[in-house]
Amino acid sequence: MSGGLAIAVRVSRIDTVAANIKRFRLVRHDGEPLPVFSAGAHVIVTMDDDGHRRRNPYSLMSAPHDTSGYDISVLRVAESRGGSAFLHEKLREGDALTISHPVNLFHADKRGRKHILLAGGIGITPFLAMMAEFDRANVAFELHYAMRSREHGAYWQELVERYGAHRVKLYFSAENDVLPVASLLHNQPLGTHAYVCGPDRMTDFVLRTARECGWPKSNVHSERFLAPISGKAFDAELLRSGIVVRVGDHESILEAVEAAGIDAPYMCRGGACGQCETAVVACNGVLAHHDVYLSEEEKASGRKVMICVSRFDGTKLSLDL
Amino acid sequence: MLVEGIKSRPVYGGFAIDPFARRHIFALEGEGALALLDQKPALTATMLNRSEVLYVAAGPKGLDHDLALAALKPDRFWQGPTIETLLFRLRGSLSAATMSTRLYISGREGFIGQCMQVATDMGMDFSSIPTEHRGSLARRVQCVHCKGITDDVRTSPFKCSHCGLNLLVRDHYSRRLGAFQGVNVDAEEPGTAPQAEELFA
Repeated sequence: MSGGLAIAVRVSRIDTVAANIKRFRLVRHDGEPLPVFSAGAHVIVTMDDDGHRRRNPYSLMSAPHDTSGYDISVLRVAESRGGSAFLHEKLREGDALTISHPVNLFHADKRGRKHILLAGGIGITPFLAMMAEFDRANVAFELHYAMRSREHGAYWQELVERYGAHRVKLYFSAENDVLPVASLLHNQPLGTHAYVCGPDRMTDFVLRTARECGWPKSNVHSERFLAPISGKAFDAELLRSGIVVRVGDHESILEAVEAAGIDAPYMCRGGACGQCETAVVACNGVLAHHDVYLSEEEKASGRKVMICVSRFDGTKLSLDL
Repeated sequence: MLVEGIKSRPVYGGFAIDPFARRHIFALEGEGALALLDQKPALTATMLNRSEVLYVAAGPKGLDHDLALAALKPDRFWQGPTIETLLFRLRGSLSAATMSTRLYISGREGFIGQCMQVATDMGMDFSSIPTEHRGSLARRVQCVHCKGITDDVRTSPFKCSHCGLNLLVRDHYSRRLGAFQGVNVDAEEPGTAPQAEELFA
């Protein structure tokens, strides 16, 4: 099956940690230990929402060496496609879920001498695991964490307590604090790595500022949590399977393909890893690429599409699937 | 005789001045000076005011490019007597450097490899360092048996300068050691090594 072997888990605890953010503790159904993971990793959570199967990636935020359970934090998104609404409103303690093995597309560069973590809102989650790892290995790090307000931000009190105010800097936009990206990135010693996880606009801004500050690309890392974007429904012809699937307005091509019983390859389901890259055989219309994996040239060529997040607008789309 | 087609063989992509860098450090050996001099249109006064040029002439056959480099009037120009002194100086410059510093290395492969060792040891990522191979193709080779390193190897096989074994030079490269790997070619029947060919003039 695509996505690797699944692990059956049970929700052992649900906590509300901030306005619109809940934390879920997942333990193995059979009571065995979960695999050790590397900080920055995520799992794909498969939910059964009244017969509708939903799959979303969530970063693991618990300490990587803690095999007794995994913690994930979920923001209730206003324009949710259903995943965060299901987890927030329907899921109860004791309920069963299925998760994939952890996959890491956002690991810390262990050759680094110092690590600067830039988090925006719920983008804090992968950094919680990273900080536990840095702290344990006695590696220098700083967290710069931007939030809307004290009520909307999760975990900031505990983080200041655990790692100290010298390593954890907080910025609340409701109090007109701005994360000073440029002055932060200037004059950092050689061997520093910067990591950003947050809303798209923040990620773009940090990547651009780092470039303008003269940072090499290899030392700036980012992870975006992309959800498939909704749009007009369309048909996709799957040449190898010999069928046509209807992709609904709130559905991704990958989800429609899976609903038709076809096991298409995937890993991150967020447009980042490249696993679901599919060849476009015929395309009479416009591909709307939403991934961060393909290069600009590849996107312009119209020969490939990442079916987990990208869409199509036109009369005919044929895929090699 | 050469074993080719090994992935670890370094690729030297050439210099391109990064317009966003606040500081440029050039580590140049012998003909490597030309890699910088050939950048002429990009060598503006602003850029040179932010540049530090470290230079060592290469061997007895090396032409001296020190006058041409000094004429560029970079912020700092330093010429050293040997590669070792240049590496020491480079380490000093990098220890005070920030993330907006770009390092460029050019010269023979052995020189590039040794500067790269210093840079990666200071926490720089090798992919962020532009390199350009200039000058002789002579290689720096480690004997995988005695671990001794021989510089300026021009033939394969060659006699290890430390243990005397006949070594076949492979394209197998160690970034950690900054050297190619040499493997004994006549271990089963000593004395049956193929004729040495001059491959790295």
